[in-house]
Amino acid sequence: MEWETVIGLEIHTQLLTRSKIFSGAATAFGAPPNTQACLVDLGYPGVLPVLNQEAVRMAVKFGLAIGATIAPRSVFARKNYFYPDLPKGYQISQYELPVVSRGSVEIELEDGASKRIGITRAHLEEDAGKSLHEGFAGVSGIDLNRAGTPLLEIVSEPDLRSAREAVTYMKKIHTLVRYLGICDGNMQEGSFRCDANVSLRRKGEVKFGTRAELKNINSFHFVEKAINYEIGRQAELLESGGKVVQETRLYDSKKNETRSMRNKEEANDYRYFPDPDLLPLEIAPQLIEAVRNTLPELPDAKRQRFAERYGLSGYDAGLLTASRELADYYEAVVEAVGGEPKACANWVMGELAAALNRDNQDITASPVSAAALAGLIKRVLDNTVSGKLAKEVFEAMWAGEGDADAVIAKRGLTQITDSSAIEKVIEEVMVANAEQLAAYRAGKDKLFAFFVGQVMKASKGKANPQQVNELLLKKLKG
Amino acid sequence: MALTPAEVRTIARLARLAIGEQDIPHYARNLSRILEFVAQLDRADTRDIAPMAHPLDMAQRLREDVVTETDQRDVFQQNAPQVQAGLYIVPKIIE
Repeated sequence: MEWETVIGLEIHTQLLTRSKIFSGAATAFGAPPNTQACLVDLGYPGVLPVLNQEAVRMAVKFGLAIGATIAPRSVFARKNYFYPDLPKGYQISQYELPVVSRGSVEIELEDGASKRIGITRAHLEEDAGKSLHEGFAGVSGIDLNRAGTPLLEIVSEPDLRSAREAVTYMKKIHTLVRYLGICDGNMQEGSFRCDANVSLRRKGEVKFGTRAELKNINSFHFVEKAINYEIGRQAELLESGGKVVQETRLYDSKKNETRSMRNKEEANDYRYFPDPDLLPLEIAPQLIEAVRNTLPELPDAKRQRFAERYGLSGYDAGLLTASRELADYYEAVVEAVGGEPKACANWVMGELAAALNRDNQDITASPVSAAALAGLIKRVLDNTVSGKLAKEVFEAMWAGEGDADAVIAKRGLTQITDSSAIEKVIEEVMVANAEQLAAYRAGKDKLFAFFVGQVMKASKGKANPQQVNELLLKKLKG
Repeated sequence: MALTPAEVRTIARLARLAIGEQDIPHYARNLSRILEFVAQLDRADTRDIAPMAHPLDMAQRLREDVVTETDQRDVFQQNAPQVQAGLYIVPKIIE
């Protein structure tokens, strides 16, 4: 039986506000437990929530970036459930009238085609606290610092058809919220989290199958693995004549499996209703226009501009625009070099990316600045240093030995471009390798590479490779 | 609009209320009467009335994004039955 996978994602993004969505407590990550939980967050009687305007602006910003409708009037609702990480007994969320609805993003599939993924809605809500279970005997510990942190929950249409597509979409949203500066995207700290609704249906069937909701997926890698596991589980179940139960399943990354948390019978009945503590949220057209004016160049537009202006492939343009910071760095390099966008792209995606990755450094903290890297690229372009030795120069710069010129001078890495000097080296190599020379002249062309190697070695890699090739060819002929 | 005993049990569970099996018919009767009372509204003609989310005809006031609350954990935790290392301690919530 051929099955079609249907996936929809709910992505929770913590908004980068200073204070909470409904209270004046701080939202900074990593504070000692409960030092950022005020009376409102603790759900004390008699307190009232007051909405943070920055959280609203950020939601509007996201809505504009995905071409969505911004509701002129939206409503906050209570989602009722009992859990100690939510002391009020309900979460303030939005239900029938969310602030953002009906937008979309384009994702690029593996075959290069692009696909539009609908975004049903994005609504504002408050995050819950954290429960800690380890290290306690028979009890749980509750830290409410996170309670009340603003979240924008972004709900996609069931438009995704594979785990791969789901990851691509998730990365797209991740890039977008960071471009917009509304979320730091830190998945380890839980700033960007995802639940996946997964179901299967017979190929050609219009009706959706019964879905399972996967919770607790905190990395791109795990999203793919969890969904693929779930697809396998459901296919096996359906093939053997069984039925998928609508339920919430928890992904266990250690065992790479999903297991049932609760089924529909035990499912929460959230009993949503408009929160009487909060009046409807009205968003004036002036606010929308003001926010529109603060929108940065968005990832898709930047990528297209990079491809066109710098003559880069779509793939390279995509890599360089993966974050705003990386894109800014690249453009600063190109500007300082004064052109040569492809050479600059190769350095940024090559040596620089590798070094950042190796040392687990962020581009914003790169030990080699854009200006410094441009200085090195210029020296490669004007033949002061060979491409090969430039890598050594780069490593020295990375280690803090100074700029390109200083390293080249200190280490004596200046390329030899003086023909007579190179000829002299070639002659020495020919004398030292008389046997090979005779063999070459007798027709063993392959030995040419051997001579190139010897000359480069004798010049400690400093001879200009192009000149070596040309001069060798002439000299070896005799 | 008569509630079944099963519905009464569900409502009690959602509200975290422990009610005795012998009291269920009593609750079913009383809750049903409340629903019947409210159901009178179903007879009102609402065709030309916009749905209302709040009785006050006003919009939400917004606050500036500034931190105004300082750490008062020690004061707040005096009201908690049990605390440990700054955490509120509750009965174990997972198996």
